Amino acid sequence: MAEFTLPKNSVLIEGKTFKAPVGATHIRRFEVYRWDPESGENPRIDAFELDMDSCGPMVLDAILKIKNEIDSSLTFRRSCREGVCGSCAMTINGKNSLACTKAIDSYSGTIKIYPLPHMPVVKDLVADLTHFYAQYASIKPWIESQTPAPADSERLQSKEDREKLDGLYDCVLCACCSTSCPSYWWNSERYLGPAVLLQAYRWLVDSRDESTGERLDELEDPFKLYRCHTIMNCTDTCPKGLNPAKAIAETKKMLVQRKLG
Amino acid sequence: MDYRTPLSRVRGLGSAKSGTAHWWMQRVTAVVLIPLSFWLVYFLGLSVTAPYQQTVDWLASPVNAVCIAAWIVAVFYHAALGLQVVIEDYVAAEGPKIISIWVVNLAFLFLAIAALLAVFRVVSIG
Ligand code: SF4
Ligand code: SF4
Ligand code: FES
Repeated sequence: MAEFTLPKNSVLIEGKTFKAPVGATHIRRFEVYRWDPESGENPRIDAFELDMDSCGPMVLDAILKIKNEIDSSLTFRRSCREGVCGSCAMTINGKNSLACTKAIDSYSGTIKIYPLPHMPVVKDLVADLTHFYAQYASIKPWIESQTPAPADSERLQSKEDREKLDGLYDCVLCACCSTSCPSYWWNSERYLGPAVLLQAYRWLVDSRDESTGERLDELEDPFKLYRCHTIMNCTDTCPKGLNPAKAIAETKKMLVQRKLG
Repeated sequence: MDYRTPLSRVRGLGSAKSGTAHWWMQRVTAVVLIPLSFWLVYFLGLSVTAPYQQTVDWLASPVNAVCIAAWIVAVFYHAALGLQVVIEDYVAAEGPKIISIWVVNLAFLFLAIAALLAVFRVVSIG
């Protein structure tokens, strides 16, 4: 359901400010969303002033520095620190991205860091992605074929067919796109969202898959698929430079083709 | 306590296996409305300054009569399809959602019938 105001217990309050060490000359200010489910308090914004001369170049480096040197209770996800695991997705200055791929220098002034929008928060910067992952599982993200695999080789694919998966297989399921999509904000109970629809399309165009029809059957639904109104936030925000809106448009095209073609 | 798994909640009642026709007709009516609306603006421009009988005569010509009827059908159909999407987007509660979709569809149906009858009356009676 569309919600335009925050519930009372989600309204942000001002938090603590941590000053930069005396003598620091190259200071950047980071404002970070904090919420601890066990405290019973409203979420707050803590401000950290960091000495950039002893900080790595990426936004994730700043967050790690805060955790290591200032406040060890700061909670976030990260693993690869090079944009391939998709775990450090968060909202940086109003745009969803992977903190490990964003250079601090690419922003001017204060850097504001929030968890992914319109998701339940587990703690601080960690959004609850249970539902998102269940939606991913629901599209059966694996090959489905009746023909048994050849006994002595892989299932082959021509170079051209393999190229159709470019820009699709590269998705790291970070959820930046889905959580930037207004349609997903209002109707995520049923709308699958750009990330999962891009993944669904990845299997629709896989030349080795034999279940295209069943997959289309599953997607053809006013809510699962047709909540996409081509708002393009997804494509605009994807930190991997992918185009979920196009994958969705291609899926709709396949459905029209099936009906009229 | 709700012990349903997240996957069971996501799969829910399954896919409606519809929606393509709705989406497609929204596009078709939009495309059809482009030339028809140009025609309508042109026609209204003419009739604003013309005497009543002249307008009636124009309207009674086969091409113009078909155009105005097509415009009425397309515009109300397009509006009903579009408003239904808006309701589905923003109204989550099942009851109010189904009722408002019905109200919108019926309202546009009646408006279209009324508009068509009005054209028919003007053309045949003058
Ligand atoms: S499409 Fe891009 S933004 Fe969306 S989940 Fe995949 S990598 Fe992340
Ligand atoms: S194009 Fe579709 S999926 Fe992408 S942000 Fe817009 S509505 Fe959401
Ligand atoms: S830590 Fe893996 S994508 Fe950022």
